[in-house]
Amino acid sequence: MFVGVLSASIRVLKANAVVLWLAVSFCAASAFAADALPVTSAMPWWVLPLGLFITSFLLGIVAVPSGVGGGVLFVPIVGGFFPFHLDFVRGAGLLVALASALAAGPSLLRGGLADLRLALPMAVLASASAIGGAMVGLAIPANLVQIALGTTILGIVTLMAMAKKSEFPDVPVPDRLAVALSMNGIFHDAARAQNINWQVHRTGTGLLLFLGIGFLAGLFGMGAGWANVPVLNLLMGAPLKVSAGTSSFILTLVDSSAAWIYLNKGAVLAIVTVPSVIGMMLGATIGARLLHVLKASVVRKMVISLLLFAGIRALLKGLGIWI
Amino acid sequence: MDSKNSHISLEQLRYARFLQWGSRCGLLVLVLSFLGYVSGVIPPHVPLDELQTIWGLPLSEYLARTHTPTGWNWLQLATRGDMANLVGIAILCASSLVCLLVVIPVYARRGDRIFVVLCILAILVQVLAASGILNVGH
Repeated sequence: MFVGVLSASIRVLKANAVVLWLAVSFCAASAFAADALPVTSAMPWWVLPLGLFITSFLLGIVAVPSGVGGGVLFVPIVGGFFPFHLDFVRGAGLLVALASALAAGPSLLRGGLADLRLALPMAVLASASAIGGAMVGLAIPANLVQIALGTTILGIVTLMAMAKKSEFPDVPVPDRLAVALSMNGIFHDAARAQNINWQVHRTGTGLLLFLGIGFLAGLFGMGAGWANVPVLNLLMGAPLKVSAGTSSFILTLVDSSAAWIYLNKGAVLAIVTVPSVIGMMLGATIGARLLHVLKASVVRKMVISLLLFAGIRALLKGLGIWI
Repeated sequence: MDSKNSHISLEQLRYARFLQWGSRCGLLVLVLSFLGYVSGVIPPHVPLDELQTIWGLPLSEYLARTHTPTGWNWLQLATRGDMANLVGIAILCASSLVCLLVVIPVYARRGDRIFVVLCILAILVQVLAASGILNVGH
């Protein structure tokens, strides 16, 4: 009986992997198709927004199991393959990341997976630098932003492929700053059915890194969970679940400040932003439900491949080699 | 409150409650205004048929072509379908601002001066970003 259940589970996993691979392939193909389509007034206006909704929905499905934020996938893929100007794509990307973080924020805070004391000092610095990033991003030519985006995405791919994680890092002694800010807490780990005490160290270095992370978030219009989590978890020593939850919560402040700049500058187009936000949120809801049946490592490899492709595309587009 | 989460601080729970309401309100306004916009019920500032020929333009060119205002001047056009969506977006962006305001009294009562200052700084950053005084462009 056990063997039967096991083989059935394997079949389910394989089927899901195939479905997801098809989904991601479709996502890239639809984006290519969108790029190839001549944008003329003869084409109904709703075709590309619908394509954007479908693409965002599929990205939302893979974003959760792969552990990356939707905004990180959204900006390079939509910016690379859809005909919207990169300024509008980055504005939409920020709102996609913000809406996802806002939706998750309350339950993360209530469950203790996001910690206000850990998040606030980081968020103040990161949201201030995100304003700077947004201002720079809107002031420099789009092709330079594309080149920088492509380079950053390729860096993220390397980070994702190589970075390790530590579920419960060992922090023997918290540093002075962490003590002064009372950056410690308890979270209830449902998997272990026990409360876990945690504290952090290397707070000063963490704060400095968050300055840079916020700048990149504003510059490229994408959430920065890919950078937040390693800093909180590997550098500062917060437990992995607390790092992931707090990272998501920090984005509510960082992306808000950058989004205000894009909004005031007129870089938020409803027809690009709203289908993306709704598509991503619906997709993420399904992705969260699939979390228990999908093999996260397989999805993660797919997302890395997709990001690698999108990063190369952004770089070549910025360099004028592959317009 | 669930006993297993009894260690969650009062300010964190308060923050969560206001964040939930803010984001729900923002999303509701966003979805409703978008439905009104794409269904044609609320006439847009930039016609949808024209939009697809200009959404690939650089921002400055797009703004000049469509006479779209910057800063908070979009509020003057908030009765137009496309601009009405920005109301929902502004509510989403402002959600955190309200949350920060409501947790300050909790920190103040406890004498936690550092976090009172941090909240004020976070609010100042958000207000600066939202003010529209940081004028930049290509």
